[in-house]
Amino acid sequence: MVDITPADTVPPAEVAEMELYHPHSWWTKYVFSQDAKVIAIQYSATATAIGMVALVLSWMMRLQLGFPGTFDFITPEAYYQFITMHGMIMVIYLLTALFLGGFGNYLIPLMVGARDMVFPYVNMLSYWIYLLAVLVLVSSFFAPGGPTGAGWTLYPPQAIMTGTPGGQDWGIILMLVSLILFIIGFTMGGLNYVVTVLQARTRGMTLMRLPLTVWGIFTATVMALLAFPALFVACVMMLFDRALGTSFFMPAIVEMGEQLQHGGGSPILFQHLFWFFGHPEVYIVALPAFGIVSDLISTHARKNIFGYRMMVWAIVGIGALSFVVWAHHMYVSGMHPYFGFFFATTTLIIAVPTAIKVYNWVLTLWRGDIHLTIPMLFALAFIVTFVNGGLTGLFLGNVVVDVPLSDTMFVVAHFHMVMGVAPILVIFGAIYHWYPKVTGRMLNEAMGQFHFWVTFLGAYLIFFPMHYIGLMGVPRRYNELTDMTVMTESAHDLNSFISIMAFLVGFAQVVFLFNLIWSIRHGREAGGNPWRATTLEWQTPQTPPAHGNFGKELPIVYRWAYDYSVPGAKEDFIPQNMPGSFGSSREPA
Amino acid sequence: MAIALVLVLVVVGSVLFHFLSPWWWTPIASNWDYIDNTIIITFWITGVVFAAVVLFMAYCVFRFRHREGNQAAYEPENKRLEWWLTIVTAIGVTAMLVPGLFVWNQFVSVPSDATVVEVVGQQWQWSFRLPGKDGKLGTSDTRNVSPENPLGVNASDANGQDDVVVEAADLHLPVGKPVKMLLRSIDVLHDFYVPEFRAKMDMIPGSVTYFWFTPTKTGTFQVLCAELCGQGHPLMNGVVMVDTAEDYLAWLGEQQTFAQLSAPQQVGSAE
Repeated sequence: MVDITPADTVPPAEVAEMELYHPHSWWTKYVFSQDAKVIAIQYSATATAIGMVALVLSWMMRLQLGFPGTFDFITPEAYYQFITMHGMIMVIYLLTALFLGGFGNYLIPLMVGARDMVFPYVNMLSYWIYLLAVLVLVSSFFAPGGPTGAGWTLYPPQAIMTGTPGGQDWGIILMLVSLILFIIGFTMGGLNYVVTVLQARTRGMTLMRLPLTVWGIFTATVMALLAFPALFVACVMMLFDRALGTSFFMPAIVEMGEQLQHGGGSPILFQHLFWFFGHPEVYIVALPAFGIVSDLISTHARKNIFGYRMMVWAIVGIGALSFVVWAHHMYVSGMHPYFGFFFATTTLIIAVPTAIKVYNWVLTLWRGDIHLTIPMLFALAFIVTFVNGGLTGLFLGNVVVDVPLSDTMFVVAHFHMVMGVAPILVIFGAIYHWYPKVTGRMLNEAMGQFHFWVTFLGAYLIFFPMHYIGLMGVPRRYNELTDMTVMTESAHDLNSFISIMAFLVGFAQVVFLFNLIWSIRHGREAGGNPWRATTLEWQTPQTPPAHGNFGKELPIVYRWAYDYSVPGAKEDFIPQNMPGSFGSSREPA
Repeated sequence: MAIALVLVLVVVGSVLFHFLSPWWWTPIASNWDYIDNTIIITFWITGVVFAAVVLFMAYCVFRFRHREGNQAAYEPENKRLEWWLTIVTAIGVTAMLVPGLFVWNQFVSVPSDATVVEVVGQQWQWSFRLPGKDGKLGTSDTRNVSPENPLGVNASDANGQDDVVVEAADLHLPVGKPVKMLLRSIDVLHDFYVPEFRAKMDMIPGSVTYFWFTPTKTGTFQVLCAELCGQGHPLMNGVVMVDTAEDYLAWLGEQQTFAQLSAPQQVGSAE
């Protein structure tokens, strides 16, 4: 317990505020902007646009799986291109870009009380390189041979061989180049987010007063800066194997009766590099979602987040542990079997801090004053989905249980639940929550209700039954299930049902996009702080916040981010920048 | 309010689906019922946790929903409760991990009386090789692969001459005998997977991987490739027939050895 610092004991600023560079033309204000908030919207819009491509691709897959043989244009080749592009777009170009480039850019400076990111010019470059990466990715749809169909994991040798779509055409090359560009762009943004959190916090904003949103994005960014280099080198090496004929990942191979010129390389080395990135990547997507959902629950339940310090340490602990679990994706890869003992143990240990987070979310609801707003509904749906997906992770993480389930539809169902649907539900909740700050208007409630119910229940009905198809033994990445003895007639019907649900859930997203655009003009006026929230972004003098965020003086922080319903206080929230002592606030420190 | 009811329905629906739906694993045909048992333990533990968390949430939403004049409690931390929950979770996780690792130890420890069968994957078919009377497989190398020697057996290795080669045809196995599957690929990654045996392992060009099992039921089982291997991946089916001892020996007697298969070519080159 620490007494709240009264306003008059804050020392005067030793260094005068520096004037920001203000844009003077339309171009520098809206296009080549260095304002993190504009960059955030650029990132979000680009990620949403490419995400719509991924959504359409998922419909194509579900058409094929739900109604096999009906749609001639979905050739086996096209099917593999669809699954590959869907996976890569969703994980990298949508989820990573939206959470870090979108939410990170918008929220970090506002929430820590900074005027902008610390390197605005580099931040701008980050977006334009990301856009270039997306364009290179999209160009592969129009390249000879089409995009790569190697699966989003891009495992060699098949990724660069003739039997895989795009393997000996442009597809794989454009994929690798696009990833390399993405990582360069991300690194520029990521350094910004980390340095801004560490160096540009306003006075009084100690690390243990940061909202959990910032802790989640910050930790995820640190992880991404450590994990992406592994993917970067893997991409460069595979590009060399494909374009220059080196053999980093290519052993001696006979392809269709012909001896290839490769020899001596290790396909499994690629898998280690890929998953050294790929597992932290799961948490790079999950930790921002954990942080954001904590703030949504706390704000809309009008109650402090339960066990703040435990929540911070759980985020940091999960981040650290996630670097020593990567080979749980490789239990049946043929690596040395003794690795299984180690990686199963580390993987199941990670369940403990993750479970603590879940307990603390539901304990925040306990004895709260729960407002069932749309952001709160999405937060509740997230907990259900995440708990479900997290628990099936205990099947797949427990090495021997993984043996029958690995590479089946069970895995597809698990990772969609835990790192697809769950984080996206948080993204939706977050958009309904912060849209009023970004635009000054509320999103339409009726469309929001429709969007919520269809998305939550539809997604659950897609992925919950899918586990059981995997349990039957049906492998993933099959465009053709008709010749399979374990695939029963009723399971085909279940697949058709799942497909119909997928179209329905996709349609709800179209309604959501319409709502986003419609409400810019027609939404109800929000005012500066419609949710009566404590954190700094809601205390800006203008809504939407102007360039520089906070007007003439930066805010000074006097308390933690969770002073909701403090006994004895007049209001049920006390903003972080409100000086003075109120009621019996007990800030954990 | 609707959400509290829906949360309860999600739990009830999921539990009913689990017990009543027709979609469940195929009957097991190997010794790995340990794996099935571990899955059942995991289903019970995770199912109870899922129901408890979601039902607790539903109760909170119902009980503490906003009404005029409500105020939330103020309780930043509760060290005792937090530690207590951490310890209970750790115990639950251990209860799943320990049997899991115990069975994994069995999975990776091949019994000494296991016979060896080599599986060779290539785009998009399965071939097999069994040791001959000497009980030893000859060495092999992808570099030796040619139309006459599709599996790349080392022709100068005496151990390999009597190896039985089954190219792109069904594999037969005797029931009740432990078998160690040695897995090899000559092009890309594949994965030898028979759902009824519960076991699978990737095959990597340039390496030999393995798993073992004991077939416990006679019958015909479909082999599926479980690792994406290019656009013919779903077509890479095979057949394993588990036979009685007599049937197996009868089948074995009809197969050709590596030496027999290479003989015409040697005659040809001598002329």
